[in-house]
Amino acid sequence: MKIYLPLDSAAVALGADEIAAAIHTHARALGIKVDLIRNGSRGMVWLEPLAEVATSDGRIAFGPMTLADVPALFGDLAAHPKALGLTEDLPWMKGQTRLTFARVGVVDPLSLDDYRMHGGIAGLERAMAMSPADMVAEVTASGLRGRGGAGFPTGIKWKTVSEAKGTQKYIVCNADEGDSATFADRMLMEGDPFTLIEGMAIAGLACGANKGFVYIRSEYPLAIRVMQDACRIALEKGLLGPSVLGRGAAFDIEIRVGAGAYVCGEETSLLNSLEGKRGVVRAKPPLPALQGFMARPTVVNNVISLASVPVIFAQGAAAYQSYGIGRSRGTIPLQIAGNVKFGGLYETAFGLTLGEVVEKIGGGTASGRPVKAVQVGGPLGAYFPPALFGTPFAYEDFAAKDGLIGHAGLSVFDDTADMLQMARFAMEFCAIESCGKCTPCRIGAVRGVETIDRIAKGDSAATPLLIDLCSTMKSGSLCALGGFTPYPVMSALTHFPADFSPLQEAAE
Amino acid sequence: MLDSAAVTQRVEDILARHQGREGPLLPILHDVQAEFGHVPQAVLPVIAKALNLSRAEVHGVVTFYHDFREAPAGRHVVKLCRAEACKAMGADDVAAHAKARLGLDWHETSADGSVTLEPVFCLGLCACGPAAIVDGRLMGRIDNAAIDALVERLT
Repeated sequence: MKIYLPLDSAAVALGADEIAAAIHTHARALGIKVDLIRNGSRGMVWLEPLAEVATSDGRIAFGPMTLADVPALFGDLAAHPKALGLTEDLPWMKGQTRLTFARVGVVDPLSLDDYRMHGGIAGLERAMAMSPADMVAEVTASGLRGRGGAGFPTGIKWKTVSEAKGTQKYIVCNADEGDSATFADRMLMEGDPFTLIEGMAIAGLACGANKGFVYIRSEYPLAIRVMQDACRIALEKGLLGPSVLGRGAAFDIEIRVGAGAYVCGEETSLLNSLEGKRGVVRAKPPLPALQGFMARPTVVNNVISLASVPVIFAQGAAAYQSYGIGRSRGTIPLQIAGNVKFGGLYETAFGLTLGEVVEKIGGGTASGRPVKAVQVGGPLGAYFPPALFGTPFAYEDFAAKDGLIGHAGLSVFDDTADMLQMARFAMEFCAIESCGKCTPCRIGAVRGVETIDRIAKGDSAATPLLIDLCSTMKSGSLCALGGFTPYPVMSALTHFPADFSPLQEAAE
Repeated sequence: MLDSAAVTQRVEDILARHQGREGPLLPILHDVQAEFGHVPQAVLPVIAKALNLSRAEVHGVVTFYHDFREAPAGRHVVKLCRAEACKAMGADDVAAHAKARLGLDWHETSADGSVTLEPVFCLGLCACGPAAIVDGRLMGRIDNAAIDALVERLT
């Protein structure tokens, strides 16, 4: 009997390890041999822990599992109280276009054989038959843009590093996924780590780099463990090492662990941290592509950008490019979170409207109350009211509405949310996490908290001051922390003026 | 107080493990913290000498990152997520309840050394918030009752 149960952090946080132990206990008592595979999550977090039993018809899903539901897994499956039917037939699964996440939740994350059986290595095989220049051109043609949030064309970054002079170059994977509402990097690393390794190996070949780093935040202990194990296995099996797949080119990956600094998700700050320095932001130029890690040419890409590379090579740039709208090509793993009925990861082509994502896919709020606001793009993203639900999910469309898609995380809030307090939190967070380099960020965020407190006390004269402060932070900060904190603050002020009015104070 | 000769030996062992690594200071500090439970002042000059840095530079790195402690934590470390997605699910109320039950504010340790309470900004459990991590164990959808059970268990 083959049972799948996720090792994913969300599943574990909801009791998957206890369910796994109970499955083993029951199987032993019944004398049944169970092959329990700890897979990645299918992304339906509201159904976690989600167990799947392999049958001749396919995998049948059961969830959310409790300890009381375990014994019935060994009885009539159709009569199981948590039976959901075939996993692949669930509406959440059928509605998606899973390219980057095709294997997440399907394969055993640490089985290289399983990886190959499900299409892994095909991209690397094809890349190895190409010249570095053709590899870079393939990425450029795919239209892939940095999925970490900045949306910079990945192919152009690779081209710069590929053509840079230097004998030692690096591929750095930014896995410092600190934005609230985002967990795609974590799910990918926990559920299909070889995809990231393969993507980094292709980047190494294309750019002439033989060394890669994955900088993972310390808040992700399970992702760190899975990636370390996967890199060790990849090295043993020749996917990494002095001769990748035995074809002579060297590429190795080292896992590095962050230390709780949000700003290290910014690429230059990450590079300083990787070098063992304070995670202070660097001024650009010089570009990291030319003078990055140890002042050598360095590609810094997000997990999802690099993990999308294998499928681009396996299916071809044109296939990937055929998804999406405008200049937002391919797919994006939406992370639907916060106060939402159906929360989780949903990979789809760019172009769905925000309303479709929140209401149709997410099913509205978990509390059942009306949606008040959706923060898109993490703590530096704007709060969108339902009036903007017609906005298509794409880089330019969100920018046109003074927002950003960032790493494609959405936090849904119901009508009990106090948007003044959320604006205050954005400033407070910026003050805590500022690296201290730029004055508008370091001092401005502290002044921002004070100014919002004045508004809360009914001092409406403080509002123009807050607007002015936001404008200074936006144009006077080197990186997105100080530069984008005004997005949540200004969007809260613009779209939810009632929460900032003195009447609010009088009513309390 | 840690005996400085013993500290030096244990740090030398850690430094030896990271020889040849590019930019080794963070991995070293993580190992130091795993070894001692915090980063003792006595290790700074040892690390500085080995990496050809000034003691001030090492101090600057230690103090930049939230993870590195200057003093040992309590026997149990409770970290509650304070970020937006968890707030949308009532994390502020749960945190207020935890503070009241433990009699602690953020970054404080109970007088008997049993619990340290800390904020964390995102554990990637944003679709099953409010989230927490207790002694390295992840928890999702925590509520006041979960906090009560936790306090019973830890104190």
